Amino acid sequence: MSRPEGSGGGRRRALQVKFVPDEEVLKHIADDTGIKARKDKAQLSISAKTFVKKLENTSDNKAQEILEEKKYIAALGICAQDPMENGSSVSGGEIYSFQTPKRSSKMAELASELAQTPEQSVASDHSNSPGKTARPPQSSKMFLLLMHVFSLLLQSRKKEFVSTTPYRLRKRLAAPDSHLESESEYSASCSEEEDEKDQQEISTVLSGQKTPAKTKAASTPPPRNSLAKKIKEEKMSNLVEEYFEAHSSSKVLTSDRTLQKLRKRRLNQETLHDLLKKAPLAYAAEIKELNQQHESMFSKWLLHLHLGFNIVLYGLGSKHDLLEKFRTSLLQDSVHLVVNGYFPSITVRSILNSITEEVLDHTGTFRSPLDQLEFITKRFKEDSSLELYVIIHSLDSQMLRGERSQQILAQLSSLPSVYLIASIDHINAPLMWDQAKLSLYNWLWYETTTFSPYVEETSYENSLLVQQSGSLALSSLTHVLRSLTPNARGIFRLLAQYQLDKKDNPSYPGLSFQDFYQQCREAFLVNSDLTLRAQLTEFRDHKLIRTKRGADGVEYLLIPVDVSTLTDFLENEDEDV
Amino acid sequence: GCFVFKPSAKKRRLSQGTVHDFRNRNDKSEDAELRFFTCQSLWNQIKSETEKVQEDLNKQLLDNLVNFLSQSHSEFQEKTTEWTCQMKFREIPTAALVLGVNVTDHDLTFRSLSDLLQNNITPYIALLEAKDCPGIKNLMQKLMGQLMKCHVDVDSLEDEDYVQVSQSRIRCSMSSLIKWYKSVTEKTDSETPSQKRTSSSTYWQSPPVVVIFKDMESFTTKVLQDFIVISSQHIHELPLVLIFGIATSPMIIHRLLPHSVSSLLCIELFQSLSCKEHLSTVIDKLLLSDQFPFKLGEKVLQVLINLFLYHDFSVQNFIKGFQLCIVEHFYSQPLSVLCCQLVDLKKRINSLSHDQCENIRRLPSFRRYVENQESGKQIALLTADNFLKEETQKLLEDLHVYHYNYVSVLRCLHVFTSSLPKYPLGKQIRDLHCACLENQVWETEEYESSLQLARMLNKSDLVTMLQQCVEILLSSSGKEFDEAVEKLKEFLTQFQNLEEAFQERDVSVSSQKELQKKTDLYHLQKTLLELKESRRSKKLTKFEMLRFEVVDYIDSLVRKYLVPADHRTLHEILYFNTATVLRGHLNAAPRTALHTALNNPHWYLKNQALKCDGGSISNKAPDICIVYKLHLECGRLINLVDWLEAFSTVVMAAEAPDADTASSDQVDDIIHARFIRAVSELELLGFIKPSKQKTDHVARLTWGGC
Repeated sequence: MSRPEGSGGGRRRALQVKFVPDEEVLKHIADDTGIKARKDKAQLSISAKTFVKKLENTSDNKAQEILEEKKYIAALGICAQDPMENGSSVSGGEIYSFQTPKRSSKMAELASELAQTPEQSVASDHSNSPGKTARPPQSSKMFLLLMHVFSLLLQSRKKEFVSTTPYRLRKRLAAPDSHLESESEYSASCSEEEDEKDQQEISTVLSGQKTPAKTKAASTPPPRNSLAKKIKEEKMSNLVEEYFEAHSSSKVLTSDRTLQKLRKRRLNQETLHDLLKKAPLAYAAEIKELNQQHESMFSKWLLHLHLGFNIVLYGLGSKHDLLEKFRTSLLQDSVHLVVNGYFPSITVRSILNSITEEVLDHTGTFRSPLDQLEFITKRFKEDSSLELYVIIHSLDSQMLRGERSQQILAQLSSLPSVYLIASIDHINAPLMWDQAKLSLYNWLWYETTTFSPYVEETSYENSLLVQQSGSLALSSLTHVLRSLTPNARGIFRLLAQYQLDKKDNPSYPGLSFQDFYQQCREAFLVNSDLTLRAQLTEFRDHKLIRTKRGADGVEYLLIPVDVSTLTDFLENEDEDV
Repeated sequence: GCFVFKPSAKKRRLSQGTVHDFRNRNDKSEDAELRFFTCQSLWNQIKSETEKVQEDLNKQLLDNLVNFLSQSHSEFQEKTTEWTCQMKFREIPTAALVLGVNVTDHDLTFRSLSDLLQNNITPYIALLEAKDCPGIKNLMQKLMGQLMKCHVDVDSLEDEDYVQVSQSRIRCSMSSLIKWYKSVTEKTDSETPSQKRTSSSTYWQSPPVVVIFKDMESFTTKVLQDFIVISSQHIHELPLVLIFGIATSPMIIHRLLPHSVSSLLCIELFQSLSCKEHLSTVIDKLLLSDQFPFKLGEKVLQVLINLFLYHDFSVQNFIKGFQLCIVEHFYSQPLSVLCCQLVDLKKRINSLSHDQCENIRRLPSFRRYVENQESGKQIALLTADNFLKEETQKLLEDLHVYHYNYVSVLRCLHVFTSSLPKYPLGKQIRDLHCACLENQVWETEEYESSLQLARMLNKSDLVTMLQQCVEILLSSSGKEFDEAVEKLKEFLTQFQNLEEAFQERDVSVSSQKELQKKTDLYHLQKTLLELKESRRSKKLTKFEMLRFEVVDYIDSLVRKYLVPADHRTLHEILYFNTATVLRGHLNAAPRTALHTALNNPHWYLKNQALKCDGGSISNKAPDICIVYKLHLECGRLINLVDWLEAFSTVVMAAEAPDADTASSDQVDDIIHARFIRAVSELELLGFIKPSKQKTDHVARLTWGGC
């Protein structure tokens, strides 16, 4: 119930042993997940070996051990015996409030809860069999006690730790860890923990009074909810404080694990694609039904378009296929323009260009998009038989969301014979438009929740998890290089080779200009300092290299591409030669 | 990313396609075409009506503006010889046009303004918008472009050479503008006499150059200042007039411009009509008239008014919503074919098909009606199409008459309620209208209290109100009100008589007082006490009796005529009442939809596995929902590794609850891939973004429940 704070630090020496009855523990866990408004961070630890990690907290330093993956997951299974219980309802009205439906339960906990759910629904729908109720208390008791044990361990060790999670969470997560390490001693507790536990007990008692049937787990969700709501209200002010607390310190309270330490290799775009193809799409039938509902609206869309409205689609799921279907089924006989807004290099200019060049068959350039727009407007006004359907996928994409782009698109869409149908996905997309733009767009909103995966839309995204700058960077590299002279290519190869040779040196600053010049001279690639400089400027303009001045004032050259791409590039080059 | 598709050799769709769309879904009903044309003609009527309203409302404002412009110009005209000395003041005549916050409506005003000016005052008008003028250079460019082009438009056929000049973009500066102006005015001077006559008939010899700043607030201060200072230097050569469109308050001029600059302007203020008044007029003309058969139901009207009051104050949007209502009504209600003028009604009813008759029978209000009939008629209504048609016609005519009477009585009631203290039934007639449409107004508390208040009105007010009511009822051509008018007139004469009687009594009272003056204090006290007592127990005076009668009569009128529309049979045909559709289209909540989809996928995907109580979701939910749920538990930053781990725990449990945790690499990879997809989808949706603060972390962009 208490927020992470430093108050516990002073009393941490006093130890206490406390017996916690099973029932109470179960209640505590039940409440814990549903009620408490705490902001905790999941901490799942997976690594092949056990290692100690540094943790840091604002209040006190603690230790945490990370344990073996398998054991950990087993532990998760133990501590998550609270399946249907955490039912705090999220109503639509709560969306914008600071209130969060479930702050207390952490990611890991939630995960394990979710993991537990099927078991329940499969075995017995919402009613716990005796055997089920019997099991959880044991484990939960163990869980709580272990928590205490662990914190004790932590303190006794007095190590300098760097914690990244709020300590409550660490305690929780730590518990199973220590359990696995030191199975025997779980009867001790420290005052700090006690402090917290007291509070927990209060809440437990509170909830226990109100909902006596708590032990019956999922069978009595409604009273729990109301209770949860009550307590949540009390928590409201805390939440506000928490918000500022969370955003005030620059410290990051998360674990330090990185993907690199994971056994898994990074996937690149292609393998990702293949893998996803293998994975069956969940709820295909329902999604299809959903889409059919939307498809039945097609003729209405067209009607509204013709009546001078423009249509914007929103809702979860890719609307690409839906729009594509709309296009193929109804727009085949008319001139239409499809704009893939998610395409990383799309610009308003290219949209306007394709209108002037391909739709209006105009050859010639314009000085500014505004001029171009003026021209288009004039042409459309002159020729009333001219009609154009514009389909924009992801109108809210990075490239199009700018004010000027939206202004131009809005003006374009306000032409009576231009029919715009667009989709938006971003939660804040409507903020792009002010009153003036909205009136130009003259939107009619259609909710089209499709639940289809955003395949096209995310394929250009530089996701953190996907091997970055994959094929795209590679192809751009080769393309640029191909347009250069053989000498220039040689210069670049030299640099790339050098960089690859040094790939094991993490603090490699780049190749200094002087050294590079020397090497180039030796390879008969340049004859003077100046030619090399000219060449480098060209590289820099194409963003092929980056220059950086070191501490000693020497200029260092670096290719801002990751190692694997560079290797691929060199291999490709070798093939070409 | 742009692809243009052109239909190969096929013919392009013609405009009749719209009709085709209309028919598409309602393939069963053959009236679609007719309905579409009814819809279109109705909309066109309404559109022209609203435009007329707008024009009328703006007329005063525009006339004033034109007056102002012509005056500022005439001074120029007269002082052509000695104005150079006059113009040491260097003041630019400026009209500050306060238009209100409903920015979207401004365009229409400006358009009519520039049209009017073009016709009456000057061909040289430049409309500038802040978005086109980030710097003084752009402003000048835009200004000159517009001025010269508009000149070219005026006599483009005559001087080809001029077109070339304007196209070859002479240097954008004030001096070149002046040069241009001189050449233009000289040209008009040197034109042939016949042309001169025509031009001088519309414009003066050297017409002013009007520059309109559409949205003065959004202009950069610097640009405005520079422009004003520069042009004030040249005012003696170029008769410039500025018009500022102001959305907020006239104070903004002084806030944007320092004194040194604003002193160069000679500002006159013009206030446009407030948008609320505009809306009232529009409602009055569109909804409370019998001109259009189509009517709005209570909920729909409420939605539209709320959008207006709480979102944009834009009458344009209100009308847009109204248009949508019309389209929606005619599209979704097959019987809306009967939503036409009474003249056409008979023909249309007679041509109804059997299916349509069945549609009528299916209407809830009609069923209610049938149930209340005697059994013989019931059978006839349900079986004989012809009888049904006759009955329908009768009922629809009734409905029209009802609306007609409704409006008149509503106005009468409004006369009463609008002057009551605290306005229990609303100040505007639209509030009253909504209240009356919603349910039986006489059952509401507000109505009770207004009647109470009305019973306390004083005589003069009451008389004027009655007179107004008589006028309203007389102006409505319904015959039903003859009696009511008679009754009201009778009340009026009674009041008249009362006044005379009262005067007489006044005299008697005064005489009484005189009598009392002579008595001593004790007697006076006694008589006063008696008087007081008698007053307390006294019966109501004649006036009070009459007042009660009047209020009761109005009440009876209300009960008789202000029945809510949905109590009437066949109201579905004329009244549009599906507010949810309207709200969905006009006032959508994209974020709520996302939230629902992520938190409660069962709402959309009707699969039993997804069903769960409360706010939790099952672990079989789509990946993105699970990932979303997990991310809700995190603070500002999320560790991807932890996230992935949590995700795979959930997913693996969902897929094989009994299987060992030890799974093959293959499965692992797929889960990994699914996780990547879900995360990048969340990124696309704007819930997270990559963070450089820590390796393999993403930052959460939302706080709390969503």
